[in-house]
Amino acid sequence: MSNEQRDRLPISFTLNDQPMRVEIDPAERLLDVLRYRLGLTGTKEGCAEGECGACTVLLDGLPVDSCLVPAYQVRGRRVETVESLDAESLATYHASGATQCGACTPGVVMTASWIVRHPEVLGRGSVRELMAGNLCRCTGYDGIIEGIEDAIPDRGGA
Amino acid sequence: MLRREGLSKLTGRERYVDDLPVDDVLWGATVRSPEPRGRIAEIRYSPTVDWSEFVIVDHTDIPGRNAVYLIEYDQPALAPGYVRHVHEPVLLLAHPSREAVRRAAREVEVIVEPDPPVLDFRIDPGPPLVQYGVDNVLKRLSILKGDVERALSAAPIVVEGVYETGAQEHVYLETQGMLAYLDGDVLVIKGSMQCPYYVLKALKPALDRTEAGIRVIQTPTGGGFGGKEEFPSMVALHAGLLALKSGRPVKLIYDRPEDMVATTKRHPSRIRHRTGVDEDGRLLAQDIEVVMDGGAYVTLTPVVLSRSMIHAAGPYSCDNVRILGRAMFTNSVPFGAFRGFGNPQAHFALERHMDVIAHTLGMDPAELRRINLIRDGQTTATGQVIRDGVDRIRNLDRALELSGVERRRREHWLFNAEHRYLRRGIGMAAFYHGAGFTGRGEVMLDSRVQVEGRADGRAEVLCASVEMGQGQITAFVQLAAARLHYDPDDILIAEPDTQRVPDSGPTVGSRTVMVVGRLVERACDDLRRRLGLGEGLGGDELKRAIADWHASHPGERLLGSARYEPPPGIAWDEEHYRGDAYGAFGWAAQVAEVEVDLRTYEVQVRDFVSVQDVGTVINPTLARGQVQGGVAQGISWALLEHCAFQNGALANGQLTNYLIPTSADLPPIRVEFSEVPYEHGAQGAKGIGELPLVGSAPAVLNAVAVAVGRQPTEIPLTPERLMALLDDPVPPAKRRESDL
Amino acid sequence: MTVLLPGSLDEALQAMASHPTALPVAGGTDLLVHWPQRPELHRQTFVDLSAVQELRPLRWTTDELVLGGLTTYWDVIEDGRVREEFPLLVEAARQIGSIQIQARGTWAGNIINGSPAADGVAALMAYDGVVVLDSTRGRSEIPLAEFYSGYKQMRRAPDELVTQIRLPRREYSVQIFEKVGSRRAQAIAKVGVTVTRSASGWRVVAHSVAPFVCRCTALERCLESEASVGSPDDLLPAIREDVSPIDDLRSSAAYRERVMARVLYYGLLEVCPSFH
Repeated sequence: MSNEQRDRLPISFTLNDQPMRVEIDPAERLLDVLRYRLGLTGTKEGCAEGECGACTVLLDGLPVDSCLVPAYQVRGRRVETVESLDAESLATYHASGATQCGACTPGVVMTASWIVRHPEVLGRGSVRELMAGNLCRCTGYDGIIEGIEDAIPDRGGA
Repeated sequence: MLRREGLSKLTGRERYVDDLPVDDVLWGATVRSPEPRGRIAEIRYSPTVDWSEFVIVDHTDIPGRNAVYLIEYDQPALAPGYVRHVHEPVLLLAHPSREAVRRAAREVEVIVEPDPPVLDFRIDPGPPLVQYGVDNVLKRLSILKGDVERALSAAPIVVEGVYETGAQEHVYLETQGMLAYLDGDVLVIKGSMQCPYYVLKALKPALDRTEAGIRVIQTPTGGGFGGKEEFPSMVALHAGLLALKSGRPVKLIYDRPEDMVATTKRHPSRIRHRTGVDEDGRLLAQDIEVVMDGGAYVTLTPVVLSRSMIHAAGPYSCDNVRILGRAMFTNSVPFGAFRGFGNPQAHFALERHMDVIAHTLGMDPAELRRINLIRDGQTTATGQVIRDGVDRIRNLDRALELSGVERRRREHWLFNAEHRYLRRGIGMAAFYHGAGFTGRGEVMLDSRVQVEGRADGRAEVLCASVEMGQGQITAFVQLAAARLHYDPDDILIAEPDTQRVPDSGPTVGSRTVMVVGRLVERACDDLRRRLGLGEGLGGDELKRAIADWHASHPGERLLGSARYEPPPGIAWDEEHYRGDAYGAFGWAAQVAEVEVDLRTYEVQVRDFVSVQDVGTVINPTLARGQVQGGVAQGISWALLEHCAFQNGALANGQLTNYLIPTSADLPPIRVEFSEVPYEHGAQGAKGIGELPLVGSAPAVLNAVAVAVGRQPTEIPLTPERLMALLDDPVPPAKRRESDL
Repeated sequence: MTVLLPGSLDEALQAMASHPTALPVAGGTDLLVHWPQRPELHRQTFVDLSAVQELRPLRWTTDELVLGGLTTYWDVIEDGRVREEFPLLVEAARQIGSIQIQARGTWAGNIINGSPAADGVAALMAYDGVVVLDSTRGRSEIPLAEFYSGYKQMRRAPDELVTQIRLPRREYSVQIFEKVGSRRAQAIAKVGVTVTRSASGWRVVAHSVAPFVCRCTALERCLESEASVGSPDDLLPAIREDVSPIDDLRSSAAYRERVMARVLYYGLLEVCPSFH
């Protein structure tokens, strides 16, 4: 199997507002490219089946499980990872106890940041419902939900 | 204070073992048994793979004793020709490509000549099935108080019940993983774990190395819940064997399906209660039998059984108690530590049974509990006198008040009478959990902690307790800062590294803040004493004193240290299981409100209240998070988490089939503390981590019983099981008169 | 592994024609599940549809809603008109996985994956959806209700792509989507039943209770005939004619049958005079 010659595929996309060009193996997932080619290890693999959301990134502004995105599909598109978030934007989560072990956290804050940036999506469901794609085994979710509600401007947030 | 490493986690900068960049690394994989029991007849390597590229390790490569040592030497690191459970490790592979090693592991076929397996712990095994001792009993224990037989025969009412609990998978979000490499002659192990010194203890005999030849370092750990208490020793040993054979760094990281099927789970249990009560509901006799599935190796099973039995009679005063228990060998993937450590099983049975008793007597279940809850001066099943100043009755009443139980009951009565298919109910549980190791366990651990005064005046806490999400780092920063009158920024917490920190015991058993935290305080005091400073002194004065000391002692280390000393007056009789089982107990009462959908038999928890006494609360945000997270795991154990076993192994080892709750499945969990300080705990704290999980399952099931008018006795109460219960015309609990 | 990257529908159809074993990739939410543990897939040839702009839009004509081959669940959730005219599509979409899945998963992918538990397929079928398949050989249009013939068996040639799903615009007097999963969110259906009623009659579609998502014609006849139904059990004969639930890791045949009867009964009780 190691003598198998693999195709290489150069792709370009926008990563955390910076242009990025990288050569990938077509069998790689976006998660693999981020973690193992680009060293952006903030994005975690929790289940490799789109259940836990630990690998959540924003693709063209929408949360997606990067374990289910073929890397070749991000060409020409916009990817945002947890590494793009600054400490200031995370203050409410810090205060509310939204992180415990931290393994689900990068995915949680990516979905959360999508909700906070687009509070109109709350018309499609409550915070509790919209966060259902991010499994957390530590908090029971209250700390996470409080952190999001405190971060939404017209819900008592900053 | 905010979580010390919180921002590092929120921004994704925290580096877990799989995130560590390592040059020249090999990736490991484990080849496992396909059968529950039998002799390994042959190992076939597929000719489609060039095996010369792979490092291959089997049991003959183990330099020392082939065992993962903790309590016993019975569990092999790699099967030496005979297997006792599906997924038992047989071979290890390593290769520079993660994908190649993953593929190759599928190209090795382990051929087993099967022997008949034991797969049901509830059935006494016939001779061909006996594989441990003379009867497959891994451990047998008994607790006796008063005269149960006489009290039962004199009791006007005897209520019986049998209760069963299923296994539970931890589903820590970070899977098991280890990195092993040689640094000169020293084998370095880095990875996800709760107990660095347990790993060291297991590696020494298996690798035939001294303590100086092994260095175990804990990396940030993405959840443990007991699942990283004993199992990491196995992963570390495997990674170490591959690193020793290859001479290169090896990463062994489990993917989710492997983690789910191959690692330990919570012990399944069957618990039988026979309880004598009088017409007023006073407990006259408790006769309890606890049977647990231990799985194929001993692991921590004897200790889990012990904790389960000590708590099996609950937080109630009863003069006549008999608790008999055994843990059975089966050819299942071994069961192991899981938050609560046997106590959730015990309290599920007990607290469900208390509601059955109340139902039998036609009594308010809250009143039944009020009558029997331990008052200060009364004793537990082991005869331990409780005198801690906690008002257990007030806490129960407070939980009921917060839940609005009286109003809710009226509302439910009207709602249930009118709604076509929804039924609501409210249920409660009262319970307790001993903090720290049982009996003389803490004395045997002989835990030590150091606090180092550094040349710049800052203080560093050196201990082997780990952060796995529960907040150990933050709590210890707070404790040391308060003790030394320091700004928290001037307190450092050392990386848990067995060549740098002393053995302060494992990070388990709700012992970290109460026991090890107290040692942190005492090590701070010792540091001050070494400088000749009085008790109240600290802050800048202390910093200057430390700097001056370093100026006059160049190249030396200034270490304050502390070693565990049992609180005075604690006496435990290990032979008869009598006396002071724990230095302190956490006490709690929980109330759950549920809605049952009779179309689909689904149960939704609408509200949940948890009131507990864990002594002084060190950090309110973190403590609340511990309670909410524990309750969530308890609710989910009660309703959702069904381990479907086939041949003693999990058949639903994926997160699509083994479900843990999403945010949409849980209600807000309301938390309140009564804070009665415990004088021997750090700042008055007792243990908190396990307690909240202990009562959640019975509280939920008791609410379901009220909603549907039947008495469920088994968890998880899946919709399929609830359907069967509602179809069953005979309610399981029977009332018997005194002429038994 | 080889992936072909067509930039237009023509190129995509050419790619499918010249690589008879190639698998088309839309959102990837089914294909990539446990990808690292499925090395056999890594040797396949794939045709990536993500850059084929012609497949994106969701269009309205005077008498049809036309979903494109790449229309996602989120596209539908976000469309106010769909919410008005085809509310069950929105309901189904919101119950498929999480936002992360809804943002990527496509209706066409749900059809082609052929899962018996496909929530999206059930809703489309209850609205008389028609699958439009294109290839270099031409176009075929197949009503979704006639598309499947067995477990993962369907009337799609290897070179065909789903380019549209067409739904007739009608007035509906009854629209019910009931999905029972093992959890409140992000769960695979254990039982599902979808009901619509329009001038074209009753449609009852069941999922997770047969080898493929299917119309329940006996139940439809029962509704058309306005036969008296006084309890969930009265529906069981028709249910047994229509579906064949099984025991598996997620649930039991007995549960599926019973619960299908109960959700149908209580759902229709509000809207059907013949139910009492």
